[in-house]
Formats: sequence, structure tokens, C-alpha cells
Amino acid sequence: MTQAEALSETRSSHDHHPGPQRKWQDYFTFNTDHKVIGIQYLVLSFIFFGIGGIMADLIRTELKTPATDFVSPEMYNQLLTLHGTIMIFLWIIPAGSGLANYLIPLMIGARDMAFPKMNALAFWMLPPAGILLALSILFDAPQAGWTSYPPLSIMTGKVGEGIWIFSLLVLGTSSILGAINFFTTILLMRVPSMPLTAMPLFCWSMLATSALILIGTPVLAGALILLAFDLLAGTAFFNPTGGGDPIVYQHMFWFYSHPAVYIMILPLFGVISEIIPVHSRKPIFGYLAIAYSSLAISFLGLIVWAHHMFTSGTPAWLRMFFMITTMVIAVPTGIKVFSWLATMWGGKIALNSAMLFAMGFVGEFVIGGISGVMVASVPFDIHVHDTYFVVAHLHYVLFGGSVFGIFAAIYHWFPKMTGRMVNEPLGIVHFILTLIGMNLTFMPMHALGLQGMNRRIALYDPQFQPLNELCTIGSYILAVSALPFLVNMIWSWIKGREAGDNPWNALTLEWQTSSPPAIENFETLPVLRWGPYDYGVERIPEDIEPPLTSPELQPESSALS
Amino acid sequence: MQGSTVDPAQAALNYHAEAVATGHEEHPDHRIFGIIVFLAAESMIFLGLFMAYLTFRAVYPTWPPEGTPERELLLPGINTLILISSSFVIHQADTAVKKDNVGGLRKWFAITALMGAVFLAGQLYEYHNLEFGLKTNLYASTFYVLTGFHGLHVFFGLCLILGVLWRSRIKGHYSSQHHFGVEAAELYWHFVDVVWIVLFILLYLL
Ligand SMILES: [Cu+2]
Repeated sequence: MTQAEALSETRSSHDHHPGPQRKWQDYFTFNTDHKVIGIQYLVLSFIFFGIGGIMADLIRTELKTPATDFVSPEMYNQLLTLHGTIMIFLWIIPAGSGLANYLIPLMIGARDMAFPKMNALAFWMLPPAGILLALSILFDAPQAGWTSYPPLSIMTGKVGEGIWIFSLLVLGTSSILGAINFFTTILLMRVPSMPLTAMPLFCWSMLATSALILIGTPVLAGALILLAFDLLAGTAFFNPTGGGDPIVYQHMFWFYSHPAVYIMILPLFGVISEIIPVHSRKPIFGYLAIAYSSLAISFLGLIVWAHHMFTSGTPAWLRMFFMITTMVIAVPTGIKVFSWLATMWGGKIALNSAMLFAMGFVGEFVIGGISGVMVASVPFDIHVHDTYFVVAHLHYVLFGGSVFGIFAAIYHWFPKMTGRMVNEPLGIVHFILTLIGMNLTFMPMHALGLQGMNRRIALYDPQFQPLNELCTIGSYILAVSALPFLVNMIWSWIKGREAGDNPWNALTLEWQTSSPPAIENFETLPVLRWGPYDYGVERIPEDIEPPLTSPELQPESSALS
Repeated sequence: MQGSTVDPAQAALNYHAEAVATGHEEHPDHRIFGIIVFLAAESMIFLGLFMAYLTFRAVYPTWPPEGTPERELLLPGINTLILISSSFVIHQADTAVKKDNVGGLRKWFAITALMGAVFLAGQLYEYHNLEFGLKTNLYASTFYVLTGFHGLHVFFGLCLILGVLWRSRIKGHYSSQHHFGVEAAELYWHFVDVVWIVLFILLYLL
């Protein structure tokens, strides 16, 4: 039997008895189904992406001219702070959690997460914290930037900063609860026939991500507790005038916030490792190398944080240590990029929206990675610290990387989540607009940074105006690019072409059940019959005709019983 | 993947039994693992705060800063002994429940709860009699925040223990087969205990 026949057989066996389906009301309740929670996370994070995006365009409109003629400097600070905080804590991190929630149990053949109630609880902590944070712009928003360095953060208004600390504590707790679930589920709930090394690479990347969340986020919580005491109770942990030390805050903050970069990008590394083999019809190149490099990135990510503090009076020997460890991270990252390119090499590449965004991801992320190695070097970093070069670098990693990855994931798994195909022409228009807008917005910032334009300031020297106008035009193109995406999502969800169970002929387990999957995911225990990436490999054994589980072992609802 | 040595029929049986037993409830076999992962994350908060404390201490010319009133060691010493011994007491409860001795479980949990309450009372008494306040200096601030944060954990552990005691009045709620609540409360209590030992060394002895 060929692989294609085996796949179509799996598919047809599901067509006869679709499981119970979800009502739309379920998505607005405290529901413990991991698929509902996954979609709740994703939709909520996209809403905050929109809010953060509007803030970004307001910032860019202000920066179109050197003077502060659009919003007041205070309002600019507030927009800047909220844009950063929302994009990190309410868009990219929850979007990763959403994908993980939806995909992990399906990929490992489980019926749900290990702790479904805690899972729902983790999700429902987000909306109140996010709404509070977003609404603070109407009365008194935080102004100290998403890093919230003291002493600035304890001098710019108690209310806004208090809201910022409170929301972050809630969001952090939610993130930790989610990570406990991912970690336990991946380690303990795989189908018996799946060893760790037969797990889809997305699960490996989520294992690494969860470890980072569990180790890093609590330290941020510690820093925020001390900061809250400084702000509200008048202690002086971080206030030099009372004998405190603001550098301690920076250490604690970056001990979380550098790993946070990997919390934001590792899930998408996993996504790309899933998408590229499917749409290139080739086995992934270097499965173990990709899997272990996720763990290596996660470990190294914990010992590089002070590269954000090269200008904070960090002693030279310590700067040297952090410079070297930071540069070493380029090795496991490079291994991944190499493996993706080698997977595509000679493959039958389908240039659909999912694959285009995945390829966009690789290209843009490499640019961000290279500027990352540049700012890792101490002398260069001292030169560009707090300039737009850093802004350009981080947006290539987080927009060109994470956001492209999330879009790729949405286009790839949309048929699984909704049972309908996306509209490809609209998806391709979305990709082209995003690619142009992204590079036009952030590429000129490299030049601006090298010329010495400071970040986080509403006013700037008139010599920087032409390039800033380019950036602003790019940001408007990005705003426009959201339209085809929105139309596509809403229209395809309601009216899209029926997708069938496995429109991509993919081999991972989530595609071996109905689309959208029934409430308990699998009607019978899935047994792995091929590796997750055995594309074009004739390894399907002949003896798979009889069901591998005997009829008396099937659940009541199954047609086999 | 082919070549696995797992017997598919047996595996399916286990999988099915699990699914029937749990449905969409929390997965019983994995709850202890989840608690351990949670406590590992929780210990990172304390680790972060300890590192902050040690950095403050290292940067300051003298520590505690000059003018910090002397600290009394007798009361916190007794408190430490009480908390450490309570860890042994609560372990007796675990042993008891594993022998289906629910009476023993109740007795040892009640004693642990009492010891925890005495610890908290002792700490409040110490706060009341200390000659420095939250804002006196950096040492005082870290002292209050660290011990207070730990005290909050003791309080939460106490609530867990009382919760188990409350539930154990129902006959058959805890047995040698089903005693997750007992184990979770015990693990949490040991965690609180270990954190206190580090805290005591850092704040009082060093
Ligand atoms: Cu970093």
C-alpha cells in the first residue's frame, strides 16, 4: 500500500461518523476543551494585535515629522509603553499558547491537556488584565516603556504604573499555569507508541518554551513585587536616593525578558518545522538536530540576559561572558535555519499562503538574527544602544519572525480548526503587503540607528525626517495588509470551501482525525504508523488493514464497537 | 513509529480506561507531577528574591547597614525549630493515610496546622516587637518583604491543611488509594519549610 492510499483510507474511515460538534456559544464560556481554549487564545490575541497595531500606527504618525504635532509627549510615552506591553504579553505570547493548546493534544494523540480546568483558568486571566491595561490609556496609562526601569517607573504616575505591574503579574501567572500544562501534557500524555523522538517538532519547541516560562517568569514576578513596594509603599529597593540599586531590577527583569524572546520565537520555530516539510513534500532535514537545538537555545537563553545591560555599568569581564554566550546562541539557531533550507532544497514546494509566510519567516528572521549578533558585540552595542538600530533588530525578530510564524500557522491549521479552506489569492495578497510593509517600516530604522537617532522619544532631529517618512508609509501598508487577512478569515470560516480531514496530505497525528476534530479528538487510540515527517518515504507497512485496536476496546460511541 | 515494543492492545486498554475514568476532569495520575512543576516555578520567585537580597548585601559597604537595631535570635530560632519539626509531623500523616488510618491522618494534620499557626503568630509577634519598620533601610525592607512573602505561603499551606482536614471528615474521602490532597498539602508544606531554612540563614545568621 502506498502512503497516499493509507492516508485516504484513514480519511474515509472518519467521514462516516463525525463526532459531536461545538456550538459558537461554547467559545464565550469557561470551557475546558483544549481546542476551544486554543481558539479563544488565538482570537483574543488577534484582537490585541489589532489594538497594539493601531497604537503602532499612531506612534508612526507622530514620528512622520520631527516636531510633536500629533500627540502630546506624555501620550506618546503611554502609546509606546502600551504598544510594547500589549504586543509581547497579549499578542505573541498568548498566540503561542493558543497554538500550543490547540495542537499539542492532537499531535500527541491525547484527548485533552493534563489539567483542563487549570487551562481554562489560565485563559480567563487574560481578558480582565488585558482590558484593564488597554483601557488605562483613557485615564492614566503607564509611561515608563515596556521595560519599566526604575527610578523612571516609580516617578511617572502611581496609577498607570500600578496597573502595569498588576496586569503583568496576572498575565505572568496565566503564562506559568499554561506552561505547567504544556510541560506535563507533552511529557506524560503521548500515545504509548510515541517516544519523545517521534514527537512532532512543535512539541519539542513547546517543551523548551515551557521550561523557559517556568524558570523565567517567576523571577519577573519577584522583580514586579519589589517594584510595587517601591511604587506604592515607599520602600527603596530600586531607588538610589533611598539606598537601593536600580541595576538589581535590570538583572531580574532581563533574567525573564531575554528568555521571553525565546518564549516568543521558539513556538514559531516549531511551527515552521511543521509547515516546511508538509509543503515541500520532503522529510525534515535533521530531526534530532532541530529537536535538541530547541533545548540548547532554551538553556543558553537563560545565561545571556546581561547583554541588555552593557551600558549599565556592567564590569568588563562580565560583559565578555555575556557577549560570548549570546553569540553562541547563533549556533543552534543557525542549525535550525540550515535544516529548514535543506528540507526545502529539491522539494516539491507548494507556494501557498502558509508556505509563503514560512519562507518569509526564515528570510526575515535571518536578518534579525544577523543584527542580533551585531548588537551582541560589546563595542558595537555601546554605539547603537538605545537607538533605532535596536528597534529595527527586535522588530525583524518579533515581526519578521514571530508574527510571520503565527500567520503561517493560521494559514496552515485553519482547515483543521474550521474544516474549511482559506482563500489562497487573498492570502497571497496579504503576504505580499505584509512583506513590503514590514521591510519598508523596519529596514530604514537600521540606518536611522547607525546615524544616532534615539528611540522612545517623540521629538527628533530634522535630518532624520526622510527615512522616518518611509517607515511611516510602511506602517500604513501594514495596517492595510490586515484587511485581506480579516476578510479572508471571516469569509472562509463561514463560506470557505470544505477542507476534508487532511487537505495537505500531512502525516502528523492532528491530521488523522476529522476537521474540525470531534470533542474528544480521536475516536480510537491513534497508533503511529509512520514518522511525523516521512514524506515521500515508502515506509508504510503492509499489515495496517485490520484496526490495531480490537473492537471490544473501542469507546462506546465508536462505530467499531 | 514502527518497531516500538509497546503492546498496542494493552496500551489501548489503558488509554481507554484512563479516558473513561477521567473524561474532561483533571488527570489524576499527573496531578502530583503538576504540583512538583508548580513548586519548581514557585521556587524561582524565591530564588530571584534571594539573589536580589544577596546583591544588595554585596553592594552595600556594611550589612546590615549601620544603625540597624540588633535582632533577637531566640524567638525566630524557636519558630524555625517548630516549622522544621512540623515537616516530620506532616509526614506521619502521609504514612498513616497510606495504611488507611484516617484517624491518624486527622491527628497529624491537626498537629501540623497548630504548629503552622504558632509559627505565624510568632512571626507576627516578632514584627510587632522589632525596632525597625518597613522603610527604615534596605535591610529592613528586604527583611519584611521576604519574611512576609514566605509568611503568605505558610498561610496558604495552612489553608491547604485545614482544607484536607475538613474534607477528611467525609468517610472514605481519603484512603490508601486516593489521597492526592494529602500528598499535595504535604509537598507544599515541605517546600515552605525548605524556603524558610534558606531565608533564616540569609536574614538572621549571615
Ligand atoms: Cu536579549
